[in-house]
Amino acid sequence: MSAVTDLWHRVTGFFNQSKPARIGLIVVFVAFLYVLPNREFYEYLNIPGVWIPLYTTGNDMAFVLFTCTWTILLALGLNVVVGYAGLLDLGFFGFFAVGAYTVALMTSPESKLITEYNWFESPYPWLVTVPIAIALALLSGVLLGWPSLRVRGDYLAIVTLGFAEVIRIIAKNQDWILNGDRGIPQVGHPPGTWPDGTPIFQFDAKPYYWLALTMVIVAVFLIRNLVRSRVGRAWVAIREDEDAAELMGVPTFRFKLWAFAIGAAVGGISGSLWAGYNNFVNSATFSVENSILVLAAVLLGGAGNQAGAILGGFLVVYVPEWLRSVGDVFGWPKTVRVFDINLDVSPTSLRYAFFGVLLIVVMIFRPQGLWPNRRRAAEFKDRRQAVVVGEGVG
Amino acid sequence: MDRKPLLEVDNVTLRFGGVVALDQVNFTLYEGEILGLIGPNGAGKTTCFNAMTGVYLPTEGQIRFRGEQISGRKRFRITKMGMARTFQNIRLFPEMTALENVQVGADAHHRTSVPSALLRLPRHWQEEKQGRALAEEVLDFVGIRHRIHEVARNLPYGDQRRLEIARALATRPTLLCLDEPAAGFNPAEKASLLELIRKIRDSGVTVLLIEHDMRLVMGVTDRIVVLEFGKKIAEGSPAEVRDNPKVIAAYLGVPDAA
Repeated sequence: MSAVTDLWHRVTGFFNQSKPARIGLIVVFVAFLYVLPNREFYEYLNIPGVWIPLYTTGNDMAFVLFTCTWTILLALGLNVVVGYAGLLDLGFFGFFAVGAYTVALMTSPESKLITEYNWFESPYPWLVTVPIAIALALLSGVLLGWPSLRVRGDYLAIVTLGFAEVIRIIAKNQDWILNGDRGIPQVGHPPGTWPDGTPIFQFDAKPYYWLALTMVIVAVFLIRNLVRSRVGRAWVAIREDEDAAELMGVPTFRFKLWAFAIGAAVGGISGSLWAGYNNFVNSATFSVENSILVLAAVLLGGAGNQAGAILGGFLVVYVPEWLRSVGDVFGWPKTVRVFDINLDVSPTSLRYAFFGVLLIVVMIFRPQGLWPNRRRAAEFKDRRQAVVVGEGVG
Repeated sequence: MDRKPLLEVDNVTLRFGGVVALDQVNFTLYEGEILGLIGPNGAGKTTCFNAMTGVYLPTEGQIRFRGEQISGRKRFRITKMGMARTFQNIRLFPEMTALENVQVGADAHHRTSVPSALLRLPRHWQEEKQGRALAEEVLDFVGIRHRIHEVARNLPYGDQRRLEIARALATRPTLLCLDEPAAGFNPAEKASLLELIRKIRDSGVTVLLIEHDMRLVMGVTDRIVVLEFGKKIAEGSPAEVRDNPKVIAAYLGVPDAA
């Protein structure tokens, strides 16, 4: 046991001390992520029985990974709000909905904005609508934050929870633009064609996964810039002692609003990607459970650390799919008949129960999350028995 | 001597429901001095502090800082105008390092915000560099440079107090309000704190000091204002205040101890 931990410390120590090694590792890992959905990759490795544990059988691997990446984007956005600024937002999925609906309304030829209200002649291309979706999500973040950020803690959680429900119920019942439950079909896809002339972005999830993965990388770097600046310091200061922060010259309200706006914008990007892939948007996706699932991802992974948010976002989507694959391999039943009722026991259906339990366990034994902030700095300090050099608030 | 008023507390009354926490308090703080604000427990010293720094809005009266009315202004704006404070019960950002704590103070005057930080624009970069340099300088000034990368929570008690002073100084104040900075200090620590307060004044910052320890107050202040039950009962030089019968009555036996 100690040999294993010793080896672990040596490996992590090496990467902590050598920046080129760290960057190299990250580059290799990112490259690995890009080839991950290719079945050929596993077959090329040609180790029978090894790829099965990774590859999902219930759903196309690329689809699962795409779902992971847009969930990770959401987790990254929510991490800014919950992790850095310490504002409990239970309605984060609302911004995802704003992004998705914006794209759907502007790119679908069946959008009522075109067919009934003649706001514009023909659908816009997907790419054009993304900045608009981001802007509208950001705006809705500001609009929600402006009144609600005056309350703190649990009250804020309730207000945001209400916001997400309002968005969902409007989407469900509102008929003159959003089309209620019937939704908006034929949402536009991102641009681009393969050399043979077929569109890149259609129904194959792989290119969407690559696009979303690229977005995740961009988002990570941009958020990192913020976190390592006065903005990140202000957020952490607000999280730790809001009154003291205000008295030290931090315009707390403004920075809380920024956190909300940035989180919302990232959520909007995620929504526009999802709408582009899914091709169809209606209210069914925007249930409160999804907000809670994203929050669970952030808390599970480790609030206040981007790597933690990514890990959490990955786990909440991938693990149930993976369990389902494992279940398929070992013959786990999809339904169980108890008395006269068919109980759905497939891992994907049970995931909320599963993550509920997991979250309780993690919160009891590891309340800081699986991959919390500063862990690296702490390890560093323990090993070197010296002062840690400038890590920043990241 | 030409004395310019820096802070004017003008007939300030503060009521919480039926409780009168401050009752028509008047005093003026002049540039470059160290003013002590003393009084028995519950006299309203911290309340007075809170009214000055914008935590409470006075029920009546005005507080003017550098000639401008400040009651009712946003708290971070008051800090930006040049008034900084520490807290009676230490309120650092516990999980941030000493450097980051002080940087938060230094950020108070920075102009670049989210957009330029997002894109790492040169101007933002410049400000970050300046802020860091200022923070290191201030940490050096208060004598805890060697703690720079330690998390605030892990600092020894005395260094936490110093870090609070450093964080306040990093906002580049013209007036520094210290709320019982020597609470829980031993005599040696008190002596070095005294020295630090003088050093701060000599660097051009006016100091308002709330303190229980009479020896410290008598030793360092130029003038003293005494509060009791929310009212000002005396004002003057340490010697005058010490001989004031009202003060003696409020602080039974204190003159002997001093």
